[in-house]
Formats: sequence, structure tokens, C-alpha cells
Amino acid sequence: MAERRIVRITVNGQAREGWAEPRRLLVDFLRDDLGLTGTHVGCEHGICGACTILFDGEAARSCLMLAVQADGAELMTVEGLARDGKLHPLQEAFWEHHGLQCGFCTPGMLMAAYDFLRVNPDPSEEEIREALSAVLCRCTGYQGIVRAVKAAAERMRSAG
Amino acid sequence: MKPSPFDYHAPASAAEALELLGRYGADARLLAGGQSLVPLLNFRLSAPTVIVDLNRAADLAYIKEDGGRVRLGAMTRQRAIEFSPLVRGRLPLLAEATRWVGHLPTRTRGTVGGSLAHSDPAAEYPAVAAALDAELVIRGFAGERVVRAVEFFVGLMTTALQPDEMLVEVRMAAQAPGSGWAFEEFSRRHGDFAIVGIAATVAVEGDRCRSARLAACGAGPTAMRLRAAEEILEQGGAHDRHIDDAAARAAEIVDPSADLHASAEYRRHLTRVLTRRALKRAVERARNRENAHG
Repeated sequence: MAERRIVRITVNGQAREGWAEPRRLLVDFLRDDLGLTGTHVGCEHGICGACTILFDGEAARSCLMLAVQADGAELMTVEGLARDGKLHPLQEAFWEHHGLQCGFCTPGMLMAAYDFLRVNPDPSEEEIREALSAVLCRCTGYQGIVRAVKAAAERMRSAG
Repeated sequence: MKPSPFDYHAPASAAEALELLGRYGADARLLAGGQSLVPLLNFRLSAPTVIVDLNRAADLAYIKEDGGRVRLGAMTRQRAIEFSPLVRGRLPLLAEATRWVGHLPTRTRGTVGGSLAHSDPAAEYPAVAAALDAELVIRGFAGERVVRAVEFFVGLMTTALQPDEMLVEVRMAAQAPGSGWAFEEFSRRHGDFAIVGIAATVAVEGDRCRSARLAACGAGPTAMRLRAAEEILEQGGAHDRHIDDAAARAAEIVDPSADLHASAEYRRHLTRVLTRRALKRAVERARNRENAHG
């Protein structure tokens, strides 16, 4: 077995570390070693997007990265969205517009939408749909998710 | 599933990576952005004993203008290409095609070199490289060699790379200021691999077509140039009827196979439809640019 290595990361503003075999996927490291179970494991081949996190500020699939690759990186997971007990505008909008039902895809939807709205703060509905094609939902039916992202974009723009 | 155990090396430069490749030979796999290789590891369709991770080799990630061409380091992220003003200005076909490569969160990690070296027959970048007649710089112990895109894609998921070699750079000639371009694709869901994709550039002068470049992905074992279709425009001009003839010719010369996504016949049909659309849009753009430069 390949030797375990220490992995030091900053996640949601906190310095964390753990030991990982090279083959340890980043998503499993976050969930099983650091206890950050908000990030979900879905397909493990980069299709479903449930494991999407921010890696050095940009959305990425944590099932397609090794934990050792994250050494020294700054990550943000769904646990980092709410601040001081207050939901992020995206989370509020998902709640208000029925953007989730079972909730399995929600961490990925939120993190992909968070990255997308920074790249494109004033998207058309078409652009939102294109962006959300990065994450699969199998129950809510997307309509509520699209509305939620649109509403969050408006709120975030007016909040400056 | 989870990957089988492997030893892991993260060299800080291309030179260190080559040294590791020399040491481990065919036991080692190079890890670029990981958007294709990690799924293969997770499903144990690939089980190398050594992974050489290029993500810390900073000397492999750059976009530079050099004379009339653009040089892209093999580890340049697709996302960096997407937002590069230089790429948008000099290689607008590459910029447009990038929007079709996976999704924003996969482009964060995915690289230009990884896509070309993986050479999935349905991937967009090989078609762009074929259309723009890209030069691929391959480095090995014996030094560097430069291979044209059409010679790099040897067969299904097979390239001209030897086990102890790596792709280090892609060079593409800047598209001429008066030329037009278009990338057209059909896929089941935006961001999925193409069922068929067509890359086109044209340079027009009034009714004449000075040059046409066409390449397809998803319509054969590798990305392919559609030279016989290009010639129809170069000889006949950029009229709609020649565009129709070129599209029909393109559908004849591709070499599609059937899989669960589409029949070979349907891929031929898509080749014709998408070639026509791509050429029309490219010619229109070229005319607009020609008038603007008037």
C-alpha cells in the first residue's frame, strides 16, 4: 500500500489536516476524515456534480480529485455558505422557490451556482439552465432550482 | 468505486515529470486535469501503479502570443482558455468550442493537453486542433519533436505519444483577422460529449473562399479534417449551394460507428446538418468582419 501523506488544507476559513493514502478521493477525505458530510458523493465519475466544491475559489468536482492534490489549497464546501447562523442568499432562495426536494444534489447545485453567479452575476434564464446542466437533479425537476438561482442573482446584485 | 493503490509523485516541473516517466515507464500514468483519468481510476478501468501528477508543474501552464501564433502550455486549464482575452481575440474558434467542453466546474480542472492526449473521439479540442492545423510539441529523453494534429491522432483513443514522452505544448496559428469561424455540436445535454461536433473556419474575399478548414469529432475513431469538403468551397466559392455540397461531401467522408448514443447513419446525418450550419455561420461572420475592415 502506498504511503499515507499529510494533507493540510484551509476549508471554510479553518486550517484542517489529515492523513491520506494517495488514492483517497478528496470528497471522501472531506466527508470521512474531516467530518464535513455536507458534500455528497454521487456518481464518482464527474457526471452528477453532487460533490462540487470550491477549490481555490473555483467550482470543481471533489470526486475527481485526490486529497493529496488539495494539500495547501483553500476549499469551500456547502457548510461554508451560511455565515453567523444566517443562510446565504442562494440557500434562502432555494428554500423559498422549492429548489430542493430530497436534497441530495443541493450541495452541488449551491456550489456550482455560487461559482457561476460570480462569473456571470446577471444571467439570462438560458444561461442559468446551461450552468445548472453541470449538476443532475432527479427529483425536484429543475424549474424551482432555475427560479431560485434567478432570484438569488437579483438579491445578490441589489445587495452589491 | 475507489481507485486501486498507486504510488504518487507530484513533480514541480516538466523536466522532473519526464525523469519520473523514464524511471517508471509504462507502469506510470500522467495525471493532468483528471476529468477523464480519475473516472477511469475510480472504476478501476485503469489501474496504474504509479501516478505522475502534473498539476504542480507550473512551467506547463501558460498562454502566450509568439509571432503569428498562440502557444498553450499542456496544463493550461480549459477555464483559463475560456476567459483568456488573447484566446478570444486570436483563436475565437477555440474560445467558442471551449463552451462545449464539459461544464464550468469540470473546466476548472480540465486541461487542453489532457484533452488532446486522451483523444476521446467525441471531444471538442481534438477537432479544433485538427481544424486549426495545430502543432503539438512532444518532449522525451531524445528531446522535442513537433507533430501536426492530424498525425497526432492515430486511432481510437490512441495518439503518437510514446510511453516515455509527454505533450508539453500546443501551438495554433492565430486566425486571420478577416476570417470567420463556428463550432457546432449536438449532444443530449449541454456539456456532455458531442454526438457530433463540427469546427469550421473560412476566409472569404467577395464570393471567393480563400481557405476553408473543417474538422469533425464524434464522427470517426478520432477527430478528423474534412479536406474534400474544404476543397469544394475553395474551388467553388462561399455560396449556399457550395456550402450544401460541402456538407453532403463531409457526411460521405466521415467514418462513424454506432453506439448506444447514436447510429452511424444518424451521425452522418448530423455531420451534414452541423457542417452546413457551421459553414453558414462562419461565412456570415467572415463577411461581417470583411465589411467592418472594409
